[in-house]
Amino acid sequence: MLDFIIQQPIIAALVALAGLGVIFGALLGFAAEKFKLEGDPVIDQIDELLPQTQCGQCGFPGCRPYAESIAAGDAINKCPPGGQSTINSIASLLDVPAPELDQEHGQEAEVKSVAYIREDECIGCTKCIQACPVDAILGAAKLMHTVIVDECTGCDLCVEPCPVDCIDMIPVDTGIKQWQWPTPPLPNGLIATDRINSTEPPQGGSSHEDAA
Amino acid sequence: MQEVAVILVSSVLINNYVLVQFLGLCPFMGVSKKLESAIGMSAATTFVLTLTAMVSYVVNKAVLIPLNLEYLRTISFIMVIAAVVQFTKMFIEKTSPLLYRVLGVFLPLITTNCAVLGVALQNAAKPLSFAHASLYGFGAGAGFSLVLILFSAMRERLAAADIPQPFEGAAIAMITAGLMSLAFMGFGGLV
Repeated sequence: MLDFIIQQPIIAALVALAGLGVIFGALLGFAAEKFKLEGDPVIDQIDELLPQTQCGQCGFPGCRPYAESIAAGDAINKCPPGGQSTINSIASLLDVPAPELDQEHGQEAEVKSVAYIREDECIGCTKCIQACPVDAILGAAKLMHTVIVDECTGCDLCVEPCPVDCIDMIPVDTGIKQWQWPTPPLPNGLIATDRINSTEPPQGGSSHEDAA
Repeated sequence: MQEVAVILVSSVLINNYVLVQFLGLCPFMGVSKKLESAIGMSAATTFVLTLTAMVSYVVNKAVLIPLNLEYLRTISFIMVIAAVVQFTKMFIEKTSPLLYRVLGVFLPLITTNCAVLGVALQNAAKPLSFAHASLYGFGAGAGFSLVLILFSAMRERLAAADIPQPFEGAAIAMITAGLMSLAFMGFGGLV
């Protein structure tokens, strides 16, 4: 059989190439099974960077759907609770330029705040419980409600439905645990490649304007 | 041991695939804008080159030569390369999805990187042992990585440098590559 194949150059070529194709195909099929992907891992990484307030201000029902949408190519500046720092970290993750926060979806809160229910005024309507995306409000019908401060993400969604306006957003005091050293201001244009990325003109720009 | 050193020096510096033999210029120009993606591309290409050198050696010695089919080298090596690149693509997609995103279209394009086919064909034309052939492939990959990383580091600086307007972008990159090539020609006759 082998002798016959070697004597017939055309059959030899066909057999050799087809055989190689079958072998590589089988190996690749095996590798595809072995390295099978379960979902897009980038979605998980984006989801981890989002603040998990589940507030829906981006127009999606929660952080995970927004992460999926970003992975599919949506804009990354629709998350007011995360603010500029979240935009920057997603931008560096995906290797894209970082845009400003889209004001259409809300403004970045100056300080983190949590909801507080003035319990004397609460009528026990449970409307805020239904609005809360993270189940941070405890209570039952006709009984007063209260907010679990550790669970509250400060998303404001419970303020609107309250019929007696007894929910306040109170800023969280900076305690010894949250306080951080303020970041020292970076000298603009110290590194050459930063100069093209920064939106502000380098330091030489102002003197030029004065001359004009 | 001496042979190993000679093969490495010759494939990395003297016969550098990009700057001396002018093979694999497409990723050299395409993926050298950022140092990070250049490093990822270098690793992927080195992996593909080494694996291709090994597999094509086996295909050449075990299939093509016994059947007197040396004239089918190009097409069968291309098949080997395509399979190896596909495997690398799956591997990177699984292990480093970010690198996969950054490399984008250039990852499947390793298939058409002439340096890869060049290594396979040159290995087949030389009487090398399996170990030396794989080492040659690895050396070619290391040489490619060396110049790609050096070049991308230079381009990052060029992006911020004050360049006359007609020379901006691709023009200054070409000039830089030419100067690097001249410098690498200087290694000729080292061994």
